[in-house]
Amino acid sequence: MTIAADPALAADARSERRFFLALSLPALFIVGLAAILPILWIIRQSFLTTGGQYTVGNYEKVLSSGLTWSALVTTVELSFGTLAFCILLGTPLALALASARPRVANLLMAFVMLPLWTSILVRTYGWLVLLRRDGLINAALTGSGLTTEPLPLVYNFTGTLIGMVHYMLPLFLLPVYAAMRDIDANLVRASASMGATLGQTIRTVILPLSAGGIFSGSIIVFIYTIGFFITPAVLGGGKVNPLSIRIERTLSTFQDWGSASVLGILLLILMALIGVMFLAARRLMARNNVGTVHA
Amino acid sequence: MLEAYPDNRPARIFLWSFCALVMAFLMLPTLVVVPLSFSSSNLLEFPPRAYSLRWYEAFFGSATWMAALRTSLILGTLTAIVAVPLGLLACISINRLGGKAAATIQGILLTPSIVPGILLAIGLFFVLAAQHLVGTLFGVLVGHVVLAIPVACIVLLPALARFDWNQVQAARSLGANWARAIGGIIVPQLQISLLSATLMAFLTSLDESVISIFVASGQNSTLPKLMFLSLRDQIDPTIAAISTLWTVIVVAVVLIVTLRQKS
Repeated sequence: MTIAADPALAADARSERRFFLALSLPALFIVGLAAILPILWIIRQSFLTTGGQYTVGNYEKVLSSGLTWSALVTTVELSFGTLAFCILLGTPLALALASARPRVANLLMAFVMLPLWTSILVRTYGWLVLLRRDGLINAALTGSGLTTEPLPLVYNFTGTLIGMVHYMLPLFLLPVYAAMRDIDANLVRASASMGATLGQTIRTVILPLSAGGIFSGSIIVFIYTIGFFITPAVLGGGKVNPLSIRIERTLSTFQDWGSASVLGILLLILMALIGVMFLAARRLMARNNVGTVHA
Repeated sequence: MLEAYPDNRPARIFLWSFCALVMAFLMLPTLVVVPLSFSSSNLLEFPPRAYSLRWYEAFFGSATWMAALRTSLILGTLTAIVAVPLGLLACISINRLGGKAAATIQGILLTPSIVPGILLAIGLFFVLAAQHLVGTLFGVLVGHVVLAIPVACIVLLPALARFDWNQVQAARSLGANWARAIGGIIVPQLQISLLSATLMAFLTSLDESVISIFVASGQNSTLPKLMFLSLRDQIDPTIAAISTLWTVIVVAVVLIVTLRQKS
């Protein structure tokens, strides 16, 4: 017996469906008001002069400035740099966690998640304390005689990168750990019993099977780092200027809303480009049958 | 997983020492501020030469910091009050509709968590500026609600998926209207998930900094905005005291949420 058989019931089902659609309207309305409208407004603002006339002058001004291009380069460098270190540090950590006993792994995961639950400002402050000229790390380095002069670890690119890797590592780790935990231990055993060394097993069994997780983690790293603001603003000390910082400066210091909007649109375009790149990579991975993507 | 290689001790030792180093890297910045917050000196000496509570006194005794704390707490509460009911209704809608409609709604609701915060912040700033609402609590609130809705949905959607919808249909057929069916049947049964969603929404607002930096001002400056400004200008151990309190509170909240979900 199908609902459609009875016209009265079908009308009922339709009205119920309308009711369920209506339930999501308040949430959709506020997202439209406070997220989608603002993005559209940025696009509009990018074509306006300070007086409110239509112009393409903002684009000419921003695109002809060398600062814009160096900001683009810095943004990409920070994102890829963060990704590189996340893969380098996070993959072995995920492997260790995935091969630990469940109870140990859960405890360690709780510690990994601790920074995730701490305010970004708290963490940034912690890094300032650690990395300053007279900070803990420099004190340890000079104290032990490893270096004679304190190293410039913060208020530069290095410090910004350290802060960003620290922010992203737990978020990168989650999908990679999930992918590795799902690997059938029998596959590893089979590989070992056939005489593969540990290195060979990691290269040919574990890494290909966790490629999906690493891929998901990389997307997360990009989504977050492309517009990162707090870390470069504090740990960069004015010397590291990705797009986010240029946007803020153009807006707050120069009150140039039009140019700030153009920079915002560049950021959106950059995101879209990287998104397309990832989609292409996923298609390539699917064709070669590498791993499954963990969201 | 690596138990297939019981003899490879060097690899194991290497992997675990690497793991320990990375864990230290992750924990260090959060932990280092704790002893500093109890220092009696205004230099950032480590370990502090003498201990005191002066930075906690400085925080609780400062009208500016207290105003910011008040704003942040009010904002967090309001965000949770608005975002969780909206999120619950949207999740019921997603859960019941299914298919393409559900995927579209979910996609739209998730947009704010994918768009870089800086873009949301300046876009919202433009919109609010056109309505002369920059610096008002309302402006920051809508920004925070929009970020908290996806967070609430992530908690509520799986809970609703486990919920037996026949109960609602039974209530409806016995004459309960929708408000009663949702309030009397769904809400009590999703109590724990709703509590988690509320705490997460509260934390999302409490932790949010970028929108606050651009949109909040004066009396309505939030705690993260004030922390950001003072981090940029000078490093004062007051921040260490705030950081320590912050971490303790957040860890407590997260522990409550995880423990309650397990029980």
